[in-house]
Amino acid sequence: MAWIWGVLVAASTVVGIVTGNGEGLGTAAVEGAKSAVTLVMGIGGVTCLWTGVMEILERSGLSAGLARITRPVISVIFPDSIGEDAEKNISANMSANLLGLGNAATPLGIAAAKELSEGDAATDNLCTLVVLNTASIQLIPTTAAALRASFGAASPFDIIPAVWFTSAISVTAGLAAAGLFRKLWRG
Amino acid sequence: MARLNAVSALVVPVMLCFTAIYGLYRGVDIYDCLIAGAKRGLHVMADILPALIVLLPAVYMFRESGAADMLARLLSPVFGALGIPPETAPLVLLRPISGSGANAVAGEIMASHGADSLIGRTAAIMLGSTETTFYVTAVYFSAAGVKKARYAVPAALIADLAGFIAASFAARLFFS
Repeated sequence: MAWIWGVLVAASTVVGIVTGNGEGLGTAAVEGAKSAVTLVMGIGGVTCLWTGVMEILERSGLSAGLARITRPVISVIFPDSIGEDAEKNISANMSANLLGLGNAATPLGIAAAKELSEGDAATDNLCTLVVLNTASIQLIPTTAAALRASFGAASPFDIIPAVWFTSAISVTAGLAAAGLFRKLWRG
Repeated sequence: MARLNAVSALVVPVMLCFTAIYGLYRGVDIYDCLIAGAKRGLHVMADILPALIVLLPAVYMFRESGAADMLARLLSPVFGALGIPPETAPLVLLRPISGSGANAVAGEIMASHGADSLIGRTAAIMLGSTETTFYVTAVYFSAAGVKKARYAVPAALIADLAGFIAASFAARLFFS
């Protein structure tokens, strides 16, 4: 992350000054910091509602049931043993992603991430979890469809088969890459 | 369209209703659960806020400086070779770093090419099948206290790239 941040800022500053967009840079940085707070305020309420619902799922035994159903899939994606609590959270995280409940999926994924992490370097399982969550897998692409509708598409949801096809390829490529890096990555 | 809209609008209330009834049926104090869970949610928010406060200024600077546009122009021949329409290059570059930025750029593409054009559809498919990779990575790692991301970002970007290529292919396959 250190390199990504450094390269983004350095490239922006150099390009901004060279192309004469320099004076907007300071404002952009301030706006970015401000929007981080607005963003968290905006999603905070919904996220807390969902972490509340998750607590019900947990105490009523529903998340254990869900984990049993998704176990075959999860054991293929995560070949190393991950423990029961992580499995429950990953299973609920994947289900929430599928339903398009991003704000519910995030705290579940984070709970799983905490269980999968050891020390300050990402474990193989944590990398896999992140890849799974950065490749959007949802049944109904609501944001994309809403955007299409607002620009006058005749039937905004007709992209669904294409989105499923694309998501499947993207997730497969990500998991294959993670599987390969798992063997080859040094450090 | 109307039916699907209605279905996706009902996901949230149906989920809430179902968990409430199931919890009550199993004799769980659902109100106590909700409060305890919401409190935990606040901790999650506190964990991810620092990462966002640090990350978003860099993303905003990258967009404002024109570096994002410049990279898009530089890479558009490469995208062409991969079958990705050059018109979607700004979206491809912005998608992994900024969700709202990607929505705005996809909107511009649909406005100038038409939502039902091949380019407009490609943009929508790209938007619907990928995520804001850097945001997700930053949120997960800062919450888990991880400092070394190892190969998570390259692997996630490979997934994104495969998604962009597949989206361009799928648009041609399904709609032309």
